[in-house]
Amino acid sequence: MALNVPLTNEAPAAQAGDTLLSVEDLHVWFELKKFGFGHAGYVRAVDGVSFDLKYGESTAVVGESGCGKSSLMKTILGINIPTKGDIVFQGRHMSKMNRSDLKWYRSQVGYVQQDPYGALAPFMTVESILEEPLIINGVRSKSERRERIQKVMEEVKMTPADDFLHKFPHMLSGGQQQRIVIARAMILGPKLLVADEPVSMLDASVRVEILRLLRNLQEQHNLAVIYITHDLSTVRYFSERIFVMYAGKLVERSRIEPLVRNPLHPYTQALLEATSDPDANNALIYRELPPGEPPSLVNPPSGCRFHPRCSQAIQGLCEVEVPPEFEPAPERMAACWLYK
Amino acid sequence: MADKKLLIIKDLVLYFRTEKGPVRAVDKVNFELGFKEAVVVLGESGCGKTSLAKAILRLLPRNIDSYSGQIILDGQDTMALSDEEYRQQIRWVRMSLVPQAAMNSLNPVLRVGDQVAEPMMVHHGVRKEEALQQAKKMFQHVGVPADFLTRYAFELSGGMRQRVAIAMSLVTAPSLIVLDEPTSALDVLTQANIFNVLKRIKKELEISFILITHDIATSSELADRVAVMYAGQIIESSDAMQFFNEPLHPYSQMLMNSVPRLRGDVEPIFITGQPPSLLNPPTGCRFADRCPKRFGKCDQEPPIFDKQDRSVKCWLYE
Repeated sequence: MALNVPLTNEAPAAQAGDTLLSVEDLHVWFELKKFGFGHAGYVRAVDGVSFDLKYGESTAVVGESGCGKSSLMKTILGINIPTKGDIVFQGRHMSKMNRSDLKWYRSQVGYVQQDPYGALAPFMTVESILEEPLIINGVRSKSERRERIQKVMEEVKMTPADDFLHKFPHMLSGGQQQRIVIARAMILGPKLLVADEPVSMLDASVRVEILRLLRNLQEQHNLAVIYITHDLSTVRYFSERIFVMYAGKLVERSRIEPLVRNPLHPYTQALLEATSDPDANNALIYRELPPGEPPSLVNPPSGCRFHPRCSQAIQGLCEVEVPPEFEPAPERMAACWLYK
Repeated sequence: MADKKLLIIKDLVLYFRTEKGPVRAVDKVNFELGFKEAVVVLGESGCGKTSLAKAILRLLPRNIDSYSGQIILDGQDTMALSDEEYRQQIRWVRMSLVPQAAMNSLNPVLRVGDQVAEPMMVHHGVRKEEALQQAKKMFQHVGVPADFLTRYAFELSGGMRQRVAIAMSLVTAPSLIVLDEPTSALDVLTQANIFNVLKRIKKELEISFILITHDIATSSELADRVAVMYAGQIIESSDAMQFFNEPLHPYSQMLMNSVPRLRGDVEPIFITGQPPSLLNPPTGCRFADRCPKRFGKCDQEPPIFDKQDRSVKCWLYE
């Protein structure tokens, strides 16, 4: 299969509104071994996640450490193999992909990592870092590679590009490093960008700049973006939809504004309650928070996984049966028995 | 007597020696901290705030160009002490530190209870059993269950490890704890939990805090006073209520406006450009080249102007 790697601005605009990515009842379980070969259970990192993403659509996935969002993201990136369920990209099923199909798939999904300095090889110049994906994906002509590098540097506003190409990552500021990470993610012309906490390691005054850049890239290239974060305050300005993840499952799905105004799932309510805005009155109160910690994914609680920490749990129901997704209002999904 | 301060810092200077010349990380900083008070030092990467923490706790590397000024702790000038006296009397006795990424610097081969007990044994010559009892009490203060005393760091979540690091800083009953970015790598629920812990400690154990962070939103959870640091200098100092309602310095204002807010509808801005190098800072106001309100006088370094309870290093407030 010849690898067809289009230039970044050739995204087919006619497909806006169509589904690009479909995650179908995805389960990603990691096997735990005892003494190297005895079976000791599974870490059920992603335990039944389904959603659709259209071309050009941006969605945030919000959740704490250990909720499975990194495992979900790595599966979408083609790094993990689904245990059950499937991922369908442009109509093609990941479960039916062979090695070269997977290689094509990975060239279609860009990845923006969290720690810009950690994501860039310290011994490679900016030019080598950007060339590498092109070389791996068969762009043989040096002049074509050079042209694409120039183009992508313009897109991330690192101009004049020649000022930066010979530099090593440690010579750049955090914001500049993150721009290179984004450039590398964009250089193969992906249709989907997965950004994992892209600004959490950057200073406050630079965060908005980088998020705006991602937003602009999304609009110009009709890119679908999955924005993974635990910081709810940035989500408002840079995504249309939000999925809230807890213990391997999606507990709430909604458009952003309605969720911020009126969160449905008790876990979402807790996340919003815990997010601070700059306000001196914060120092005068203690915040009300759900007790305990997110559960182990090896032995998650029975029924609704949030029930041990939930102040609104319904005795006799929540700890026994897993809630399905209810739709108490149009386009608002909550997996919670309160909305039966 | 109502005005007696726990910590008074006067003209604190810390320059690092490098091949290219001195790096002026802390450039004549003046600072005050009362009893049971929390002051937030707010600033972004490269402003010198971690160097300020090191200067206060005298945790200095070998390449020092200048280190001078006064650090008066409860009436005593600690600068006058020798390094050995400082180690015995001040560091981890009356002042302690929760460094950046403390949760990642816990000793992986020691049980966490032993680590928290260690300062008591080293600095106060206390026997291990008694030190472990103290550690257990500290665990209670920070909300870590007592049976975690025998666990290793890898068995704990990030939030738990950070609480252990805070317990370690509490164990010798200091009057002052410096926290450097205590929650930057943590989830929002864990962050809120840690701040609840710090609020309780401030009230119940009567300890003062210097909280160093770039996160304006979470800084408001603990701050009684705010000091904004830029390019090695404190450019604004104010009580928290007034600061969050109306920051004075243009940099503080832009910083405040760059915070995305969950509740509120204004889209955040960003500040173009970068802070100046601390190797050769400009001679005039160090923020001038990025300041939307700059005018002619900004070519000269502004002094600090006092406006009632607040001070600003900006010619606009002459």
